[in-house]
Amino acid sequence: MSSVLYDTPGPKARARNWIYTAAFLVVFGLAAWWVLAIMAENHQLDADKWSPFLTDGEIWTTFLLPGLGETLKAGLIAMVIALPLGAILGMGRLSDHRWVRIPVGAWVEFFRAIPVLMLMLFGSALYVRFSAVSSELRPLYAVVTGLVLYNSAVIAEIVVAGIRSLPQGQTDAAKAIGMRKGQIMVDVLIPQAVTAMLPALVSQLVVILKDTAIGGAVLGLGELLSMNRQISANYSNTIATLVVIALLYIVVNFMLTTLASWIEGRLRRSKKGTGAVVAGDVAEVDAGGAAGVGEAP
Amino acid sequence: MFDFLDSGQYDVLGAFWVTVQLTLYSAVGSLIWGTILAGMRVSPVPLMRAFGTAYVDIVRNTPLTVIIIGCSLGLNQTLGISLGGGTFKEIGFRLAVLGFIAYTGTFVCEALRSGINTVPVGQAEAARALGLSFFQVLTLIVLPQAFRAVIAPLTNVLIALTKNTTVAAAIGVAEAALLMKEMIENEPQALFAVFGIFALGFVLLTLPTGLLLGWVAKRVAVKR
Repeated sequence: MSSVLYDTPGPKARARNWIYTAAFLVVFGLAAWWVLAIMAENHQLDADKWSPFLTDGEIWTTFLLPGLGETLKAGLIAMVIALPLGAILGMGRLSDHRWVRIPVGAWVEFFRAIPVLMLMLFGSALYVRFSAVSSELRPLYAVVTGLVLYNSAVIAEIVVAGIRSLPQGQTDAAKAIGMRKGQIMVDVLIPQAVTAMLPALVSQLVVILKDTAIGGAVLGLGELLSMNRQISANYSNTIATLVVIALLYIVVNFMLTTLASWIEGRLRRSKKGTGAVVAGDVAEVDAGGAAGVGEAP
Repeated sequence: MFDFLDSGQYDVLGAFWVTVQLTLYSAVGSLIWGTILAGMRVSPVPLMRAFGTAYVDIVRNTPLTVIIIGCSLGLNQTLGISLGGGTFKEIGFRLAVLGFIAYTGTFVCEALRSGINTVPVGQAEAARALGLSFFQVLTLIVLPQAFRAVIAPLTNVLIALTKNTTVAAAIGVAEAALLMKEMIENEPQALFAVFGIFALGFVLLTLPTGLLLGWVAKRVAVKR
């Protein structure tokens, strides 16, 4: 394989690459051996720490799957609310009226600058003081509130970028046939922008799912990560549990990331769309967040 | 409304100072780790490329909270790793920095890799024609230009890192979010004032960073 940085290796380079490979293997092997040795010393590799995940169905039905369900629930609720809200905020940012554009812009910039954890804490305190939400439901409400406030602001930026990615000719042509501003936005720009934004939106869902873990750690939401405490209390296998939990997150998020890049690939090839794709870099990283698909965050 | 601040019970500036320190140490660490990862991902050695790709894919898809909790519960409490010992506070701080570096390094790596793609192929070819090795091409020709091209995305990573440091509150590092949590619990009547103070703090931390580095990015960008 050849690339910008190096030619297709000849016999000499191949030999050198083998040496590098061997050196890397040695370093990697030493590091892995060191980690495993420490784990073995602390009895973290014993079979009884890991076997419950294979043999004991209860660990899945009582803890892991309900936790995963709660994670998905909080993430999906937040996405379903943040999406239309973000679309409205995004359109507000593009408004021709300064009295709409400026306050909406300030709102979006403000909530993008605040860590999502603080928004969750604030949301939780709001519900304690000003609502009758029961204490069992409060963590979910607070987490969703924090996620919606933060992510609707991020989605607003994605929407703005999506609409700006469309050729100016679209608006001009729509104006020429006598469409009104609202019609242009709703009938011409938004439908096309949505397809361009789809990959960025799907990767934003990864960000949201990852951020629900903050709610588990700080607000006591019964999501996947928080199950770590209960499982290790029963089986005293902290590391094994954390590894399994991390794997579950990775599998779910990896599927979403793959979906996003598949959509992106389809959009780039599709003849119908404008071919514009809103890159992940607008969907910027956040508290516990990931960036967009493949390319830079 | 702000009289609870006069009691001297809450060290808001101290908490933000911890946030700043967390950010700076993690930023330097993840810049180094991210550059190494990027080097691996573009290297001619297939095994290193595979390791870089696997690491980035795995760590990026793991919630930061899981990594930070893993550092505290897994590394420290289960395996007894304390990164040089010291007080509970110092250990927590260092574990958090370790977690942030492991996580943020992947974003630095991806930003740098996209920067490497902005360098015209002809330059690397010319460098190779002069007889430079892969390592020389990377460090003398490609990376210096790539860095200048990716200051803007790296700024986003840095700002995200600043906000991410609040997750250290989950393992009890005394930074801004932890103090805010404590103040909301103790001073429920001043909820909006407390939130306002901490929100302002983060706006003050991230806004100048973005503006300054945005200006730097424009100044040093390679004009093509």
